[in-house]
Amino acid sequence: MTSDVTQQKGPRVMLGRLARLDTSRYIVYVGFLAIFAFFALALQGDGFLTRSNLVNIVQETAPITVMAVGMVFALTAGEIDLSIGSVVAISALVAAVTMQNHVWELGVVAGLAAGAAIGLMNGALVAYLRLPSFLVTLASMGLLAGVGRWLTNLRSIPVTDPTFTGMFGAGSLFGVPSLVIWTIAATITGHFVFRESKFGAHVLATGDNHRAARAAGIGVDRLRLGVLVISAMGAALAGLLYAGRLYGARYTLGDSDLLTVIAAVIVGGTRLNGGTGSVVGALIGSLLMGMLNNGLILMGLTVAEQMMVRGLIILVAVATTLREKRS
Amino acid sequence: MSSEPVLSLQSVHKMFGGITAIQEFSLDIMPGEIVALVGDNGAGKSTLVKIISGVQPMTTGRMVIEGKAVSFRDPAESQHHGIQVVYQDLALADSQTVYMNLFLGRELTRGPLRRLDRRRMIAETEALMKDLDVRIPSAGTVIRDLSGGQRQGIAIARATRWASNLVLMDEPTAALGVAETMRVESIIAGLRARRRSILLVSHNLDQVFRLADRICVLRHGEQIGIRRTDEVTRNEIVSMITGLA
Repeated sequence: MTSDVTQQKGPRVMLGRLARLDTSRYIVYVGFLAIFAFFALALQGDGFLTRSNLVNIVQETAPITVMAVGMVFALTAGEIDLSIGSVVAISALVAAVTMQNHVWELGVVAGLAAGAAIGLMNGALVAYLRLPSFLVTLASMGLLAGVGRWLTNLRSIPVTDPTFTGMFGAGSLFGVPSLVIWTIAATITGHFVFRESKFGAHVLATGDNHRAARAAGIGVDRLRLGVLVISAMGAALAGLLYAGRLYGARYTLGDSDLLTVIAAVIVGGTRLNGGTGSVVGALIGSLLMGMLNNGLILMGLTVAEQMMVRGLIILVAVATTLREKRS
Repeated sequence: MSSEPVLSLQSVHKMFGGITAIQEFSLDIMPGEIVALVGDNGAGKSTLVKIISGVQPMTTGRMVIEGKAVSFRDPAESQHHGIQVVYQDLALADSQTVYMNLFLGRELTRGPLRRLDRRRMIAETEALMKDLDVRIPSAGTVIRDLSGGQRQGIAIARATRWASNLVLMDEPTAALGVAETMRVESIIAGLRARRRSILLVSHNLDQVFRLADRICVLRHGEQIGIRRTDEVTRNEIVSMITGLA
């Protein structure tokens, strides 16, 4: 790269550009199709390819997708949010408890407000006390897991409001299941903000080179606060989706989602240390995780076997993605 | 040349604790002029750069822009007064495209949703790159795929794009190879033809003689003198820098 500045034109540039055509950005699509094809063939008689099973995959992964969209912002800005799993439980519990005595609308507002408050707390500590987000959100993950247990004495809180469970769970609009609608809405909104707004451009620049971003007049501190609020809000919405689908909330909700979300986002082409990201990639990554879940169950693997296979596949996927990126 | 300087430093003085970093520095930079600031390490060049770019305040003295006394509390205020800095370590976002870097923090948008207007940013970037003769494959190229010289060309183009008064260049070629340095120098020379005012901080005396109209020498925080490039020899400047006759 250091060689000649003046004559870098013609075939060398073309070749260089081809070689640098970031394959990692597309590998998730290829992997997705490959695994899809594999399950389609291997599970021909087991109903993998039926419409209801495929829609079911999308519905099952809706909370993961919503969280993944939020996580794209955090990771791209060079931050990370480890507290999302706990935020899911808190938001679901707060909404469920509120709905026991109040209208469902208030439950939704309370659940989302809980998420926003946690995001603001995380963000303020990161942006204004200059603490690393990894440690701040690691601490709030633990703290909030305790709060969730204490809040409800380890009990489950039922959610019975039919409007709520319809809107955030089993319902549908014009024949489209609501969880599919939430998936689409989160992806489109996230993609638009990420790719088409100044805020999205600033998230990318800050994660890429925060000194350059600051020198260009971008409010880096406020932006860091912003991405952690977005991430927490994504998790809060995921909490509502769980509560709606399961007709109740429990402190265990979301507690195994963190790694799935991070895997989905990384496999989808977002860099772990910032500067590059993709919302659509995160959606595909999330669907990939859901498809693995579904396919492995249909193949009759025991839970232990599923976990091992899933771990291995994620390892292979992440390794491929990151290796491609380094070159 | 019009008579009003784009930037006038009058008796600028800077102390760090009890230590004098700059004593009594005065300089007028005229429109379309390239002034070089030279001096050994620790002479106070970086301190002056920091004062003009708003990173540090001066202790006493006056800074006058367009006839008005100004003082900068932060870099944003300096930028607001039409001053842009090109750093040697290239303040560019590597994974982003050329045009997004050029418009970093000042992205163009369109429509009620304020969507990024990529087409206009690309068009303006390509026009500017052509105008300044910065040779890059395209405005959509990612910075990481460019050479050091091309990157510095972009940093200079960006500063030029947004500087209405003065471009401050802090060792703009220190990190570059020979061919790249020549390329960047020709871009800087092209700026003079456009009557842009530049304050150039450089260790490289050959470069200073090639580019500057006047040379200002600092030694141990003291302003030794200002000479017109065409009326001074290299040896005189060297002895002003070192203090040895």
